[in-house]
Amino acid sequence: MVVMQDITTPTVDVLAILPIVVTLGAAVLAVLVDAFAPAPRRMLVNASISALALATALVWSITRISADPVVAFNGAVTIDGPGLFAQAAIALFALLSVGLYTERRLDPSGDPFTPAGSVMPGSETERVLTLKRVQQTEVYGLTLFASGGMMVFVVSSDLLTMFVALEVLSLPLYLLSSLARRRRLLSQEAGMKYFLLGAFASAFFLYGAALVYGATGSLNLGAIDAGISSRVGVDTMLLVGMGMLAVGLLFKISAVPFQFWTPDVYQGAPTPVTGFMAAATKTAAVVALMRVFYVGLGGLVEDWTVLLWVIAAVTMLLGSVLALTQTDVKRMLAYSSIAHAGFLLVGIVAADSQGTGAVLFYLLAYGIATVGAFAVVTLVRDAGGEATHLSAWAGLGRRSPLTASVFSLFLLSFAGIPLTSGFIGKLTVFSAAFDAGQWALVLVALVASAIAAFFYVRVIVLMFFSDPADSSASVGVPGTGTTAVITASAALTVLLGVVPGPVLELASLASEFVR
Amino acid sequence: MLTALVLLPALGAVLTALVPGARAAKLTAIAASLATLALTVVVALQLDSGGPLYQMSEQVTWIAPLGLSWSLGLSGISLALVALTAVATPIVLGAMWNEVDAGGRSVKAYYALVLTLQAMVIGAFLATDVLLFYILFEAMLIPMYFLIGVYGGDKRQYAAMKFLLYNLLGGLLMLAAVIGLYLQSPAGERTFALADLVALDIDSTTQGWLFLGFMVAFAIKAPLWPVHTWLPDAATEAPPSQAAYLSGVVDKVGTFGMVALVLPLFPDATQTFAPVVVTLAVISVLYGGLLAIGQTDIKRIIAYSSISHFGVIVLGIFALTSQGTAGSTFYMVSHGLSTAALFIVAGFMIARRGSRQLADFGGMQKPAPILSGMLLLAGLSGLAMPGLSTFVSEFLVLVGTFSRYQVAAALATIGIILAALYILIMYQRTMTGPVTPQTENTPDARGREVVVVAPLFVLLIGLGVAPAVMLDPIDTATRQTLEQVGVSDPEPVFARGEE
Repeated sequence: MVVMQDITTPTVDVLAILPIVVTLGAAVLAVLVDAFAPAPRRMLVNASISALALATALVWSITRISADPVVAFNGAVTIDGPGLFAQAAIALFALLSVGLYTERRLDPSGDPFTPAGSVMPGSETERVLTLKRVQQTEVYGLTLFASGGMMVFVVSSDLLTMFVALEVLSLPLYLLSSLARRRRLLSQEAGMKYFLLGAFASAFFLYGAALVYGATGSLNLGAIDAGISSRVGVDTMLLVGMGMLAVGLLFKISAVPFQFWTPDVYQGAPTPVTGFMAAATKTAAVVALMRVFYVGLGGLVEDWTVLLWVIAAVTMLLGSVLALTQTDVKRMLAYSSIAHAGFLLVGIVAADSQGTGAVLFYLLAYGIATVGAFAVVTLVRDAGGEATHLSAWAGLGRRSPLTASVFSLFLLSFAGIPLTSGFIGKLTVFSAAFDAGQWALVLVALVASAIAAFFYVRVIVLMFFSDPADSSASVGVPGTGTTAVITASAALTVLLGVVPGPVLELASLASEFVR
Repeated sequence: MLTALVLLPALGAVLTALVPGARAAKLTAIAASLATLALTVVVALQLDSGGPLYQMSEQVTWIAPLGLSWSLGLSGISLALVALTAVATPIVLGAMWNEVDAGGRSVKAYYALVLTLQAMVIGAFLATDVLLFYILFEAMLIPMYFLIGVYGGDKRQYAAMKFLLYNLLGGLLMLAAVIGLYLQSPAGERTFALADLVALDIDSTTQGWLFLGFMVAFAIKAPLWPVHTWLPDAATEAPPSQAAYLSGVVDKVGTFGMVALVLPLFPDATQTFAPVVVTLAVISVLYGGLLAIGQTDIKRIIAYSSISHFGVIVLGIFALTSQGTAGSTFYMVSHGLSTAALFIVAGFMIARRGSRQLADFGGMQKPAPILSGMLLLAGLSGLAMPGLSTFVSEFLVLVGTFSRYQVAAALATIGIILAALYILIMYQRTMTGPVTPQTENTPDARGREVVVVAPLFVLLIGLGVAPAVMLDPIDTATRQTLEQVGVSDPEPVFARGEE
């Protein structure tokens, strides 16, 4: 006989999750536009819808940070400071990336995306579609779906919701990665690789959730925490579960040893999408990681601090060292993104609200510079599309001083030179970790910073101090979207470096996870 | 007022970058640097010699959540170095008048970068907030990096990279120490303000580590043996006027940091580690001098002589006597003037012959008597000829050191003999001897060149004859600094013996 339990209907608080509702709603709308709007207007309509929705999400999230946290949907989501700050950052990164999607002047055959993702690369059909200047606009909808998933991911406070969000954010990214107009095979390989490894990591996460459920009897983070505090002795199942959850999340952050996909995917994906992935995915995964570990697994803090300490150190060092050997600018930025994952983990290891605030600021600073840097990459072109080999960048400073200067600004910010946002990010993260007694990790981070500075500066040397090579590429004249995005990213990078006060205060206001 | 000293060159840099045409940019830059010099004179007249260590202080909160404020203060030490910067900048700008015209490189950017650098250097000399100092200390690497890397000689890429990496590594260690120091201030009222941090009572072990972080950064900047190797490359590859600016002015931020930050912040560690630093300084003096003798490249000779002289400066600082520390600070100014003169005159010579090798010169005295006279005078200031301000400073350092470290002082005196050797060898090989076909038509120094270098000589002689003008405010400030360290001068060695 089946015993019927009372089912409590969840309270639906739409206002609390307004950014998510707006973003996913716009995503659905974008799909409808793709289906019904006349082809020439699709891009403009979709770009407008996306921009409007993301701007709404951005503004709403920022204004709610100072409000009281809300636990909604029966504890499935917790709208608190870190979640809202992350939602705002994700919306901003998506907004900037959408600006890059609208680019139609740089590539002589159209926008940065393939006319038909499902057609064989190099086939006759593809050639005809390119000639007819067919343009697809599904990137807008996919990006909105991914952003919506990320926004759920950062506020979800039970492991099942988190898993669903993980899939919602991942699947569109797999597709987006394989939609590049040029170098189709590389792009498809990137999408495939990302999908296979990503699915693998998701499976780890799911298995981890199951084990934690087995050990504590709940999927809700608060209940898991209660379960852990009442346990007796060492629980292997719980520790293995924790490890597997960590694998799923660290994969998305591209921390070592789960970073193998990063260079290939970053290189193969369409550059505007790479920027979006590097900035927004990292933000979503870092905040989700902090939520799972701080809120759900707070009782195991001694165990996971050791784990993350080691991973942080290895990630920083390996990312920086491998970046030294790269000859492709997108791959170099990919390894730099791995190194930055390590720096972020330094702040996470601090495991207090000061660390959380520092990590949130760092994510914002890093994300803006990343989108900006990849935007500059789209400008440097030769006959085959973007010229990403570093040798093509030699002497860029002589021919296009402005482009080279802006790219140098982003590189200097990555390197953490004062008066850029990256310096403030590093300063706050390092002082939080130092204050939490992790001075040894801070020293490792400083060594890694020095190595990292070397390869950032190497590119500056190449651009400004080398003579232009004959075969080197030229800098295209971008359209309004790209110009606006690069200008905004550069301005924000300087602004967050010179007057970071208000944003730092916002990050510190948003630094408490609600249990 | 002090803020204006920083903003004026910064504004000048912006204007220089904006005005149309290379000539207008040059004139704008010179005008801005002369205005800064005038303002420095006005500021200098307001310093009250009997007042507190830092005067005319200004404080504006900059980044409240970090506890960073834009706070500046003027001490006798900073005044001396700001004055050096203010004097050297127009001279350097004038000296490089024709330097970049060849090669299609941006003249405007060149002049604007120098003014940006000046703003940052003056800001660092005036900063009374440790984080503000650090930010300027690091940020000034970027303009210098471009000045070497874009406008330098054949191996400029290597030199610029080496310069940046060395200094960045030092800077990162210092950042760790800055954070560590910040965390020593009581929770809840965390601060980077120098005055509050000096008032803290930090335990000796922590002081040791923080001392190390700061000192490594400053030793690289200064540069001190064994972390000096970037300077010969950077100074040789940089354009001559930038070599002058780099080792004459910018590197003084390192030795300034030792006096103004390390000594008062870490008194215990300073006393513990002083013998180690003194040893390194003596090695620098001898090593730099010996290597200078062995060089065949004029700019390398001057670069190694600088390493030797920086050794003397550091020696005097860590002798921790009132004469030594004041002498060192005075030497920072004298050495700035002297090295600038040497590099600039060497630049004129190199521009004439298109070579930096001693072997390509010889017998230039006859065709170019004025140029040769300038080199001789600059050289004599380098070997601390009595009557010049370098003599006064070097003498004070050695006397001050002798009262505490007799052996170190005696060894450092050998440095003066080495200086006489490499300077006179350089003069002899380039200026005397038979006139060679290559040098017989060497044009003599012209109007602009003489006008540019003349003020340096006037100051070197003037401060040599009447050092008190600058030495008095320096002495007041260094005495106050040494009080903070808690050391007093040892009894005179021989007076003790006579009793």
